[in-house]
Amino acid sequence: MNTQLDALPESSDGSLAIAPAEIPALRHMYWALRRELWENRAIYVAPLAIAAVILFGSLISTIGLPHKMRALSALDQARQRHAVTSHYDLAAALLMGTFLIVAVFYCIEALQRERRDRSILFWKSLPVSDLTTVAAKASIPFVVLPLLTCAITFVTQFIVLLVSSAVLAASGLSVATYWAQVSLFQASLLLLYHVMTVHVLWCAPIYGWLLLVSAWARRAAFLWAVLPPLAIGALEKLLFNTAHFAAFLEQFLTGSGTEALMAPDTLPMDPTTHVTPGRFLSTPGLWLGLAITAAFLAAAVRLRRYREPI
Amino acid sequence: MSCIEACGLRKAFGSTIAVDGIDLRVEEGRILGLIGPNGAGKTTALNAIVGLTPYQGELRVLGRDPWRERDRLMRDVCFIADVAVLPRWLRVSQALDYVEGVHPRFDRAKAEGFLAKTTIGRNSKVRELSKGMVVQLHLALVMAIDARLLVLDEPTLGLDILYRKQFYDSLLTDYFDRSRTIIVTTHQVEEIQDVLTDLMFINRGRIVLNCSMEEFESRYLEVIVNPENLAAARALKPMHERQVFGRSILLFDRVDRQQLATLGDVRTPSIADLFVAVMSSQAGARQGVAQ
Repeated sequence: MNTQLDALPESSDGSLAIAPAEIPALRHMYWALRRELWENRAIYVAPLAIAAVILFGSLISTIGLPHKMRALSALDQARQRHAVTSHYDLAAALLMGTFLIVAVFYCIEALQRERRDRSILFWKSLPVSDLTTVAAKASIPFVVLPLLTCAITFVTQFIVLLVSSAVLAASGLSVATYWAQVSLFQASLLLLYHVMTVHVLWCAPIYGWLLLVSAWARRAAFLWAVLPPLAIGALEKLLFNTAHFAAFLEQFLTGSGTEALMAPDTLPMDPTTHVTPGRFLSTPGLWLGLAITAAFLAAAVRLRRYREPI
Repeated sequence: MSCIEACGLRKAFGSTIAVDGIDLRVEEGRILGLIGPNGAGKTTALNAIVGLTPYQGELRVLGRDPWRERDRLMRDVCFIADVAVLPRWLRVSQALDYVEGVHPRFDRAKAEGFLAKTTIGRNSKVRELSKGMVVQLHLALVMAIDARLLVLDEPTLGLDILYRKQFYDSLLTDYFDRSRTIIVTTHQVEEIQDVLTDLMFINRGRIVLNCSMEEFESRYLEVIVNPENLAAARALKPMHERQVFGRSILLFDRVDRQQLATLGDVRTPSIADLFVAVMSSQAGARQGVAQ
């Protein structure tokens, strides 16, 4: 035992391990996701809290709804519709904003915190690959948060719609007209499309970049995420007195989604004629962005393998 | 086949060499104590064995390359890297759920059984547990996994003596059998003397002593020398000499027991004493070279 080796026997290549019961990759993924939801309860607590605030405000404002609807009846149809839906749009916008904030803070922490609290040593002592772990973490901003946000938005708006309908019916106003104006189901589908194209697919490189920085940075991940783009822009300005990089970033951040919808600023009347998935999917920038995202995530997987606790 | 085989295992961090060409073979069914001063390279060597760090040289754990096949290897290997690596937000029930979910060889009933012997509540979060309870929880999780190799890096650091004693007791009575292998590092050497089957000292990234406990007991002897025999004892070239209550205690390597018995009381040294002797003779040798 423990004798110093002069040479290793050649036979050491064969595996000693007993053939273990396989655990399907999907089950690993499921538990890795459960872990993220245990650790980051903000993923669902934040949108639910905002939804509660929206509900509270909306329910109070339904008191004045019959009066408002009577006043609106003097206006033309388009304005009526706009006045009615603006309330629902605001609710959607608030929840969308929550989604973006939660996603950014989640990504920046995702691969750094487990190193900071040394728990990475525990996670790595279990037979879950780095790929599975990073994939589970990436699926939070790419899948879980957008779907959850859309679902919570729909439920919130639906409750508001029901209560509003009840109030209107009680004061003898037409509920059918109100439903037609709100057209919640169409609006919800459009919202889902908007979120998945503009905030997920188009913005994918941002989440990928944040996850990569989170896997790489020892501290101040947020600074590392923000400063390099600023530094590149500043260098370019100082050296060449041009601003191509800044213009590119600006175009990327503000021009997002222009290809997905005809009129991105307003929710169109009839979504089916204004949604342009073909044009969105044929934008080279989208595919370039997704390729860059894949590269960022692959680098994050590799970094997680090498990185030690901070 | 051996549980761990290493040949020329080496790891450097920049210009600092943490592990400097270790050759080692650990057979199945052994409990190996890896003892060394701080910064000797113990943790680095263990990290290489459990696939946490890349390395140079040959290393096979249960026939696998730990760096390339960490997630597969972790089905057969368990490790407790340090105290308090369980995330503080984790609930006890979540820890059980998670390990049961991802580990094909986790026996939940067994883990529940170990936990039932403690005062740890199912709904407690790790942050609410004391240091000793966190180690109990981690050990309950690990012992419920039917692993072939268990690696413990300072598992009892910061625990009081009751928890430490209990830790090794349950490891021996509830976990260890001849088909498993355990590697443990600790600074509380005297507490694991009766636990180990094998002993390895490591210093400055190199193995400086490597023997089984039977060999240790037959090879090293300590003599409380009667004052009148001191000169005769010193002539036998002891490894180390120390004074306790005015009496000289000399440590010998491979000197006949009966011969030593004529000089004073002979006994088996503690691992700690041998460790000090080996380390100080190393330091002496280095100074000699320097001069």
